[in-house]
Amino acid sequence: MTIDSIDRKILTATQGGLPLTAQPYAEVAVWLGLDEAEVVGRIKAMMDRGVIRRIAVAPNHYALGMVANGMSVWDVEDGVSEELGALVGALEFVSHCYLRPRALPEWPYNLFAMLHGSTRDEVEDHRAEVVAILGDACRSNDILYSTRILKKTGMRLTKGR
Amino acid sequence: MRRKPLADDALDAIDRQLINLLQDGFPLSNRPFAEVGEALGTDEADVLKRLASLREIGAITRFGPFIDAAAMGGAFSLCAMAVPAERFEEVMTLVNAHKEVAHNYERVHHLNMWFVLACDQPSGINEVADRIEAETGIQVKRFPKLKEFFIGFKVSA
Repeated sequence: MTIDSIDRKILTATQGGLPLTAQPYAEVAVWLGLDEAEVVGRIKAMMDRGVIRRIAVAPNHYALGMVANGMSVWDVEDGVSEELGALVGALEFVSHCYLRPRALPEWPYNLFAMLHGSTRDEVEDHRAEVVAILGDACRSNDILYSTRILKKTGMRLTKGR
Repeated sequence: MRRKPLADDALDAIDRQLINLLQDGFPLSNRPFAEVGEALGTDEADVLKRLASLREIGAITRFGPFIDAAAMGGAFSLCAMAVPAERFEEVMTLVNAHKEVAHNYERVHHLNMWFVLACDQPSGINEVADRIEAETGIQVKRFPKLKEFFIGFKVSA
């Protein structure tokens, strides 16, 4: 997957956010010396190619009262893991949901789902809901609570390349 | 980033609907905020004002395109290490010194250090993870994503 230098300029210009003006794509076009149709067309093409996943807001879970969260991990039968993963990913209290390889024997879990709640009790209630959804297809589960953020840097595009 | 909850009345029902709606996507059109306003029973100016305010008070962390770095040739992997308690600070310093380490969390588990590696190329993941193993003498377990399920987190409306 490649992007050309104009695509890259559009991504670099908007990675801090879209301008909050009535015509945001026209505004980005002005910044870059392009026209609005080209900016829109290129963004659409990048979405079709999967370079841009979506244009969206990222909520701040903490500010919205979801101050408790835990990384729940599940050992789900391989034959049904995609189907069940999609169900878990669709739950309102799940923000990130992935299938990942197991690291046997120490780590039997292949489904990872970040659970959010306003308290740890609420997170545990959500965990019980996931237990019910997965049923017999899940052999074991665990939940890992974070005690400290050791490092957090945003993903930033490096210029050029 | 704000880590403290906002007051219960900081957001009204339309703010919450707006956050939920815009997690799913945003129109690629000439007047996208007007379209969003129409969907919420309000107007363009009100949507713009609300988004600016939501950003200002820290209810949202960003609004714009989300890039799939993997689709651009980058690579990510969640990694975990079992770090003995007495070596935790030392190992944390060695791990965090790598610019490819994007997030790093201490978690309650035998595997107690969890971080994300973000590299320009897929080969970078194993190179950096191997280097961390050599520097620390501790195995770096690698959990690259095989499949992602994204639907989005919803704010109770």
